[in-house]
Amino acid sequence: MGLTGRNSREAQRKAAMAVLAHSEAGDIAGHLAAIAVPAHENLREPENGLVMVRGRVGGDGAPFNLGEATVSRAAVRLATGEIGFGYVLGRDRQKAQMIALCDAMVQSTELSGEVETKVIGPLRAAMIADRNRKAAETAATRVDFYTMVRGEG
Amino acid sequence: MYVAVKGGERAIENAHRLLAHERRGDRDVPELSLAQIAEQLSLGVDRVMTEGSLYDRELAALAIKQARGDLIEAIFLVRAFRATLPRFGATEPVNTGEMQVRRRISSTFKDIPGGQILGPTFDYTHRLLDPQLADGFVPEQPATSEAAQAATPRVTDILGRDGLIESSPAADADTPVGDLTREPLSFPADRDLRLQNLARADEGFLLALGYSSQRGYGRNHPFAGEIRFGEVEVEFFAEDVSFAVPLGSIALTECQMVNQFKGSATEAPCFTRGYGLAFGQSERKTMSMALVDRSLRARELGEEVIAPAQDEEFVMSHSDNVQATGFVEHLKLPHYVDFQSELGLLRKLRKEFAEANEAPDMQEAAE
Repeated sequence: MGLTGRNSREAQRKAAMAVLAHSEAGDIAGHLAAIAVPAHENLREPENGLVMVRGRVGGDGAPFNLGEATVSRAAVRLATGEIGFGYVLGRDRQKAQMIALCDAMVQSTELSGEVETKVIGPLRAAMIADRNRKAAETAATRVDFYTMVRGEG
Repeated sequence: MYVAVKGGERAIENAHRLLAHERRGDRDVPELSLAQIAEQLSLGVDRVMTEGSLYDRELAALAIKQARGDLIEAIFLVRAFRATLPRFGATEPVNTGEMQVRRRISSTFKDIPGGQILGPTFDYTHRLLDPQLADGFVPEQPATSEAAQAATPRVTDILGRDGLIESSPAADADTPVGDLTREPLSFPADRDLRLQNLARADEGFLLALGYSSQRGYGRNHPFAGEIRFGEVEVEFFAEDVSFAVPLGSIALTECQMVNQFKGSATEAPCFTRGYGLAFGQSERKTMSMALVDRSLRARELGEEVIAPAQDEEFVMSHSDNVQATGFVEHLKLPHYVDFQSELGLLRKLRKEFAEANEAPDMQEAAE
């Protein structure tokens, strides 16, 4: 695979991971139930751990350590050889496992179309709807302040 | 000094049993669920996550429940929990400029690109107790209006374009990011360590120090350039995946304080800055943090260090409420051996005092 091909595959995997990370574990499981999950094995048993979350001085400067967050991770290998990874905030190991499984399927030529249509696509639509709802609620609190002219004398 | 004691196991066990009973309260009153705490006491959860230095809403809610609402005890529980998990690494620095903004205000500019957004705030409420909330109040659904697609750049970035404000210190690839959970503090401490310390620091302590700096204990004449709260994406470069993996988003509050000018023979005067960042909606915390961050830059900016808020060793050594609680509250543990030796010494001194005062009388009587 050429560099461009690898980059676009990487971008596709990343986009799918972002949607999955934002989705509830129950919703992912619900959509996964609609497809025939291929044979796979755990390459890394799902586990909990921490990441140190970094910010930047002033928002855009040198990094500093803000505080930790709980994460879960897992890795699976399909019988056809694709290796998928799941990393997600929180302590839900099952969710990390499902993300890893989806990531492996996204990389499979035979399965990527189906996982996109039946799992990632609907979850993305729900995520965008949720974001838009929040944005609309937030927009209603936009304020215009008027500066009063100070009286003379 | 504390000397270990033995015994009392039965009493301790019964005391904890009594504690569990008191924690539950009246058993005819329904028990609190973690979801209730996480959803309805969310600012307490945010504080426990920030000062416990661990982003996990459910764990923070559990800690608050276990601690009977004592937030410092809950922070202690969360800190202890984090020691039980391995750390996979550090995330990519979060980009607050791309925050999905829930609230965003500036006290310096009325018209900022992206607008002033009040969001869910206590500001402009009348602070009158609301009897409606006492029982079964169902609030209206929030109002909605069309969301602008415009970006919401940081106000400091806008000022920075004209050179009116100092730029943030650039990242230095050769300098590892300081981590006070891995290496003990030493002084002078760089800004990365100071900000990590302030991010974990007790809100009340920072509030008092920030307030003191406003009242004249150290020069600090700030404007709240911008306060923003919302969700930011977190990415983690995982070695096995070989790219930065999206982990989901976390809620953060950021405060940019804009302070008085600084100039020199070689540099034009410009505004200086103080920075605050915390988990969740933690506005008082980040404002206080930004005030103290700016005060602690006294040495760097060539200002005279005359006030507590400017003294990094004083601030950083006393800001952590888990450490402070440990040292203050250890005083209630048995100190019997120590106290006995003090008592022995005091009796000896009193005896010597009494003898010295009796001696002249005896002499006078003899004469």
